[in-house]
Amino acid sequence: MHLAYPAVLAALLFCVGLYGVLARRNAILVLMSVELMLNAVNLNLVAFDVWLRDALHSGQALTLFTIAVAAAEIGIGLAIVLMVHRNRGTSDVDRLRDTAEPRRGDGDTDSTDEKAEAAA
Amino acid sequence: MTLAAASPGFLSPTGVEVAFLLVGLVTLGAAVLSVTTRQLVHAALWLVVALGGLAVEYLLLTAEFIAWVQVLIYVGSVVVLLLFGLMLTKAPIGRSPDADSGNRPVALAVAVTAAAALVWVVTDAFRTTWIDLEGPARGSTGVTGEILFQHWVLPFEALSVLLLAALVGAIVLSRKKPEGERD
Repeated sequence: MHLAYPAVLAALLFCVGLYGVLARRNAILVLMSVELMLNAVNLNLVAFDVWLRDALHSGQALTLFTIAVAAAEIGIGLAIVLMVHRNRGTSDVDRLRDTAEPRRGDGDTDSTDEKAEAAA
Repeated sequence: MTLAAASPGFLSPTGVEVAFLLVGLVTLGAAVLSVTTRQLVHAALWLVVALGGLAVEYLLLTAEFIAWVQVLIYVGSVVVLLLFGLMLTKAPIGRSPDADSGNRPVALAVAVTAAAALVWVVTDAFRTTWIDLEGPARGSTGVTGEILFQHWVLPFEALSVLLLAALVGAIVLSRKKPEGERD
């Protein structure tokens, strides 16, 4: 098999995940997109391991480790999202603006928020 | 590594390549639907299709053990966790118009740029590289187990400590505070 097939598929999946991370508003959907990006990396690791015929199987061992780390990440991430939802009643990432810098002339916050997001 | 003439061309794909390509198209389509659909629960279900397709790709790359771990952990537990999370945060069933944030065009531009750059570089670099899938499976359970417990024992144990820490952290984070106690 050509190495180009898994490599291109992994690159495209990674970019789909990148789009999801940047474009989604719900925090859980952002976590899903992160999972897609991690899976793209896993596919790359497996493909290169099979191509290089590494005696230590570094690629596949690292893939297993990545899967375990991703499981830990999703557990902690969901716990954080649930805590935020319990405390604030929302899990939309662009409404959690407590640490954002205060803007000049923050009168009507909603319209300026929209404008700033569109410009950002 | 080799000249272009020495490796098989793209115009006469093998059966494995055709299967990889078809499953890859399904996987990519499911991933795109998962990040663009406006129904939150459907996004999680399309994610199941994408992750299951990736498990098939691992099988085609002869990494059996990884494929079954993928099915067990991702399709089996991560997606279920995500669905539980969606339900516990009272995600709306049905179409939600505000699933995408305001910076969607910027996100699309960044993703398309990154995809174009990555695909260009990757195809240019690995145009003539050929994976030899003949011979015994490279990732059967026996091989993976031997390697994991002969050469990768220390990282494996460190990983179990990490999982324990994550478990404790998740419990601490999601525990309800008793009345009168402030953090």
